[in-house]
Amino acid sequence: MWEKRPVLLLILATAAILVGTVVTMVLPFVWVNTEADRIASVTPYTPLQQEGRDLYIREGCNNCHTQTVRPLVTEVLRYGDYSKSGEFVYDRPFLWGSKRTGPDLARLGGKYPDSWHYKHMDSPRSMVPRTNMPDYAWMKTNLLDPEMVRRKMQVLGFPYTEEQIKALVGKNEIDALVAYLQKLGSDIPWRVATQATMVGELKNPFVRDHQAMEEGREIYKKNCASCHGEHLDGDIAPPLNGLTQTDAALFETLYNGLPAGGMPGFASLGASKIWQVVSYLKYHDHEKGQH
Amino acid sequence: MEKPEYNQAIVRSFVNWSIVWGLVAVLVGVIVSFQMIYPDLNFPPYLTFGRLRPLHTNAGIYGWGVGTIFALFLYIVQRLCKTGLWSNKLASFQLWFFNATIIAAAVTLLLGYTTSKEYHELEWPIDVMVVVLWVAFAINIIMTIIKRKEEQMYISLWYMMAAIVGVAILYLVNAAAVPVSLFKSYSAYAGTNDANVHWWFGHNAVAMALTAPPLAMFYYFLPKSTGVPIYSHRLSIISFWSLIFMYLWTGAHHLLWTPVPDWIQTLAMAFSVMLIAPSWGSVINGYLSMNGQWQQMKENYLVKFLILGITFYGLQTLQGPMQAIRTFSAFIHYTDWIPGHIHMGTLGWVSLIAFAGIYFLVPRIYGREVYSIPLANLHFWLVVVGQLIYSVSLWVAGVMQAGMWNAVNADGSLTYTFMETMVEMYPYWWARAVGGVIYLAGVLVFIYNIWMSVRKGQPATATATATAAAGSAGRA
Ligand code: HEC
Ligand code: HEC
Ligand code: HEM
Repeated sequence: MWEKRPVLLLILATAAILVGTVVTMVLPFVWVNTEADRIASVTPYTPLQQEGRDLYIREGCNNCHTQTVRPLVTEVLRYGDYSKSGEFVYDRPFLWGSKRTGPDLARLGGKYPDSWHYKHMDSPRSMVPRTNMPDYAWMKTNLLDPEMVRRKMQVLGFPYTEEQIKALVGKNEIDALVAYLQKLGSDIPWRVATQATMVGELKNPFVRDHQAMEEGREIYKKNCASCHGEHLDGDIAPPLNGLTQTDAALFETLYNGLPAGGMPGFASLGASKIWQVVSYLKYHDHEKGQH
Repeated sequence: MEKPEYNQAIVRSFVNWSIVWGLVAVLVGVIVSFQMIYPDLNFPPYLTFGRLRPLHTNAGIYGWGVGTIFALFLYIVQRLCKTGLWSNKLASFQLWFFNATIIAAAVTLLLGYTTSKEYHELEWPIDVMVVVLWVAFAINIIMTIIKRKEEQMYISLWYMMAAIVGVAILYLVNAAAVPVSLFKSYSAYAGTNDANVHWWFGHNAVAMALTAPPLAMFYYFLPKSTGVPIYSHRLSIISFWSLIFMYLWTGAHHLLWTPVPDWIQTLAMAFSVMLIAPSWGSVINGYLSMNGQWQQMKENYLVKFLILGITFYGLQTLQGPMQAIRTFSAFIHYTDWIPGHIHMGTLGWVSLIAFAGIYFLVPRIYGREVYSIPLANLHFWLVVVGQLIYSVSLWVAGVMQAGMWNAVNADGSLTYTFMETMVEMYPYWWARAVGGVIYLAGVLVFIYNIWMSVRKGQPATATATATAAAGSAGRA
């Protein structure tokens, strides 16, 4: 009887543990990361990006940020296309995370211009006043070690060129981190795929509506001021105080963003809020500060 | 007199050191809870949230959790086997190597040497230390069991042995990595595979470190403290085997809706729900043992710790399966609800059982009665109230957060930006920090009480020594 025979108990317990282990942990290797879920456009990290990824790990960014978008309506709206298995084949370790104290970063690449990230990493609260993300300005003073990065690329078996290694000389840790952040989720062309083509006539329902401009001002402060400046006078993005576009053209810019120039899309705000911002931008008297 | 052959000294040292690491864990927990409210409390490079949070979880699980497992198992195994340890030298080695490992872990985590895998952050050299440590422990426990003087192995020994092999398998498989340097390695698995292997480890670390060992302690200390045997031996057998069989299927409930293949997620969901049965097998066994003895809840403070502990385990194993259901996971995964769940398990279940075990041991290892029962009661209330404030406030926070993340306007757009949802968390994070401070106060009362017992406690009475000599627990 096993209650009297420790070795038998150990063997039986090991067997009990191994059944579920083999089925749910060993067996999946047959399907995962094979040709079946390969995505041709997904590429390994460059030396700079890989170093950035290792810094992300070192600083434990994964304690506040996740990196998987689930196929749920609101999540896709908020972050972008849901994550596919084939997008992670070069990730050692995986960085999906388990807690969203900050937003998901799986689709971050291309959302902001580099300058936004530099400023944000320096001092997140200068961009987003009530965030609890720590400052990482100190990382700018640490330079990269090109030979170490080369070793890493060799261990990982990722392709690299001598130029890429040489280019690391003089680069600091934030340079690497930003390069990594810009790669996240951008190997598949989901931004282009989700661009909406405006159909029908776009008509601003608010125009000079005071209430709407007031709301628009609030929305602007929360979503736009960090790039375009508190008073629309420009910062890392151009000033918006002399706009000449039509309401419809502005709507389209805000809805889809200008991905090539680093202006994020704001489709998730919804049409009504976008029109309120358009009204605020166009019809508020920004010099006198009144509607 | 078989007393002299028991190695009490090693138990005493492990108790002392696990209390030290327990205090560190709670203290760092309170610090990170305030960093989430005041980011100015981050002091780069070493003392930032991203580095301190893993220090908190590792000090908690490996320092306090595993530390008390070592302490209480080394005690229990000698009593249940009616013999001294197989090797006292190996046990002494285990003690100093345990502290060396925890210190190395703490230092390297602060230096930023981490694999980033939750609860397995330690880089490969420290992984090697953990493995050596576990092997030393395993050999001593298993050899002691083999040379035992009591033929029948009591329930606690089954859980102990399962935990020993379970942790070994999990830790080794998940640790596989290719080193680049002394303090950097890359996981042997990539992407989705890595995630699946990791959460197979992650959930079963909960099973093999935070469930099976406290159950082993519960099955020993409940009959010991109350003088009543465990209600049903058959129920113990059924729940033991089904628990260790089912747990291993459930890891992917941490990965619902992710790119992990659907069928693994579905299996995880199904087995998680089925896990209620073996989990509650132990809860019910504990409750029914108390039949006719419930007055002890009032008279015997140890019973309060043990019964509340198993009650939190019962709640934990209802909440867990609920979280493992796809629709519910879609809602609360990634929110503050989850730390609420975790801390009912760690602060409620695991720690209450460990506290009870240590109080029980005081007369037996220090030869002194517990200094003050009123202080032990104060300790009890502080930690229970602290933990409830913590968990309840984060459950509310998590539901609110999930609600806001998912809120949509009539035109199908999102109602709230991320920051609009995040700033709503601050009041709840405050409540959690307050709960943490109350819990910390409870731990300080506990430490003071133990300290005073050693210094000023009455010499241990004959009963304590007599029960100590009585050997195995319950009906074994
Ligand atoms: C204490 C938690 C915390 C830690 C640690 C943390 N962040 Fe954040 N992060 C946040 C929060 C909250 C936000 C949202 C507000 C903001 O933009 O600052 C955020 C936002 C971001 C954003 C902007 C995302 C977007 O879509 O707008 C990036 C990029 C980012 N963090 C990168 C990092 C990196 C890289 C690290 C590690 C070096 C890191 N974070 C560490 C909390 C954290
Ligand atoms: C991450 C920084 C960033 C944020 C946030 C941002 N923008 Fe922009 N925006 C840019 C950049 C960069 C450009 C320039 C793009 C280009 O020239 O291709 C731009 C361009 C524009 C333009 C076109 C300007 C012109 O002269 O044609 C408008 C209008 C505009 N943004 C409005 C907004 C509004 C309204 C918001 C808030 C809802 C906003 N932006 C938020 C970075 C940002
Ligand atoms: C039947 C038993 C249990 C089941 C099915 C279960 C289920 C779950 C699930 C589904 C999650 C993930 C939630 C999410 O991220 O969406 C979780 C998290 C967690 N649970 Fe449980 N739970 C159980 C018991 C316990 C017990 C007894 C403990 C003891 C302390 C515990 C500790 C944890 C921890 C530490 C985490 C956090 C993992 C992370 O960092 O994401 N659980 N549990």
